Amino acid sequence: MTAAPPAALAAPGSRSPRRRRRGDPLFRGLTRAAAAALLGLVVTMVVLLLIAARPSIDAFGWRFLVTASWNPVTEQFGAVTPIVGTLLSTAIALAAALPVALGIALFLEEICPGPLRTPFSMAIELLAAIPSIVYGMWGLFVLAPLMADHVQPALQATLGRLPLLSHLFAGPPMGIGMLTAGLVLGLMVLPFIASVSGDVLAMVPRQLKESAYGMGATPWEVVRDVMLPYGRKGLFAAVVLGLGRAIGETMAITFVIGNAHRLSASLFAPGNSIASTLANEFTEADGDLYLAALIELGLILFVITFLILGAAQLWLRRMAQPEAGR
Amino acid sequence: MMSHVGRRRLTNRAVMALATGAAGLGLAMLLWILTDVAMRGATALSWSFFTALPAPPGMEGGGLANAIVGTVLMTGLAAAIATPMGLACGTYLAEVGRGLIATAVRLVNDILVSAPSIVVGVFVYLLLVKTTGHFSGYAGAVSLAILMVPVVTRTTEEMLRLVPVALREAALAIGCPQWRMTVQILFRAARSGLTTGILLAIARVAGETAPLLFTALNSPYWVRSLSEPTANLTVTLFNYAMSPYDDWRFLAWGAALLITGAVLTTSIAARLALRGGERR
Repeated sequence: MTAAPPAALAAPGSRSPRRRRRGDPLFRGLTRAAAAALLGLVVTMVVLLLIAARPSIDAFGWRFLVTASWNPVTEQFGAVTPIVGTLLSTAIALAAALPVALGIALFLEEICPGPLRTPFSMAIELLAAIPSIVYGMWGLFVLAPLMADHVQPALQATLGRLPLLSHLFAGPPMGIGMLTAGLVLGLMVLPFIASVSGDVLAMVPRQLKESAYGMGATPWEVVRDVMLPYGRKGLFAAVVLGLGRAIGETMAITFVIGNAHRLSASLFAPGNSIASTLANEFTEADGDLYLAALIELGLILFVITFLILGAAQLWLRRMAQPEAGR
Repeated sequence: MMSHVGRRRLTNRAVMALATGAAGLGLAMLLWILTDVAMRGATALSWSFFTALPAPPGMEGGGLANAIVGTVLMTGLAAAIATPMGLACGTYLAEVGRGLIATAVRLVNDILVSAPSIVVGVFVYLLLVKTTGHFSGYAGAVSLAILMVPVVTRTTEEMLRLVPVALREAALAIGCPQWRMTVQILFRAARSGLTTGILLAIARVAGETAPLLFTALNSPYWVRSLSEPTANLTVTLFNYAMSPYDDWRFLAWGAALLITGAVLTTSIAARLALRGGERR
């Protein structure tokens, strides 16, 4: 792209090629400036968050990550409750969404009749575009009452009777709490994971599938032995993308998680996540240490997201190397 | 005893039935949400919903006209900031940048794409609210723009890379300067893809709440200037839905329907733009 054409070919009329190219340094300079601004933006972001979180980092140090107290009155802050809440709600969300999402992807690629395929995949993609606040609101007004009246009592009557699991389902069925938050979150990432995994399965070469069918494999065997291994990198990426989305999600959770700074073994109990704590307390935080502690929470969320996505990238790269030799 | 083939057939049928069931379940849940929003929201949409200011709790009527205006203004301003910026960054990655720096920019862009939107809100609070001393619509627009830029950057790079190299070589061979080749030939060839990227980015931020909570805040008044706290649909929806007043919750469903409708329409438009481009 940088190869300059011979001057004799390139100069119709009076303007010399050099004059005509005068805009190029400016053009490249502009795009470089924009790219530099992007770099600068992220650096500023990290630095500014670090500076603002400084009072809390100085006051609590590493203890911030291992203490569970959150007391604005005595100014004692620890991040364990929101961190656990974030990870737990994300885990529930993925556990609920993943099997269904893979089912949808499988249905889309292998079962769905041809003419229905485009509208069905379009519908799934559109559902991924619904704003998260709408999921949260629906969770609060529709799902939570349903959970309180039917689902949670039923769970208590069945799984709650088992010796080891009874702690998980203890407490009054209020509808609002960790389980409901995880389910709403799962519902939110479901279309997202489904549409990405659908794309991944669609990329499996036809010849590969046909040769497996030609050997007498059933459709499920083709999926299990050909499509899933072929697309495993992409599927993994789909899951990580869903995870990245779920972990920083604010509005879908804030409505239904209950917003209590309490660690509880029960999935029915209200809790909080990093994002919901920020959403609820940030504008009301008085006192510098309180604000700094909240900002440090935000920083931790940023770092967790970055670590997960970074680890996924690294893993994908390591997977890619042996495959190149196949 | 069942034959080997019979067992394989049975397994196959069971798995396929499970997959169909999963698809049915997923679609049913999501349609359930949509119909709930549509049914409950439709009753709240009235003439005054689009024209009146919010009423105090307990009073009949009232609307969210100021919030609609605020959301449109902030999203528009965000798009005006993020579109040139994202196009320039994407162009840098696809056409100009090489080596380590380009890799770094791409990595940073990936970080920004996945940055939790509430953290972006905290950042803009520190950058523009704490320093100026008050919440403002400008801060809201900037935080939305920060969420848009990486999306536009990524699609711009991808779309420009889809343009055949031969097209670039042909343009350069007849003496076309690089800037003109990029703007008049590459952008034109990739136009539908670029439009889709920008529209999808707008759809993504139009329904965002978290980055506005600490930047634009909210306001019960008309938008007189973006340098004050600015009314917007999503934060209003959040406050109203969490409030104990039935009137406000009623309006919140209307706001939910309006936001969902607008976002879905934009997404559909984005996809149609891409299809129109493919056919040509």
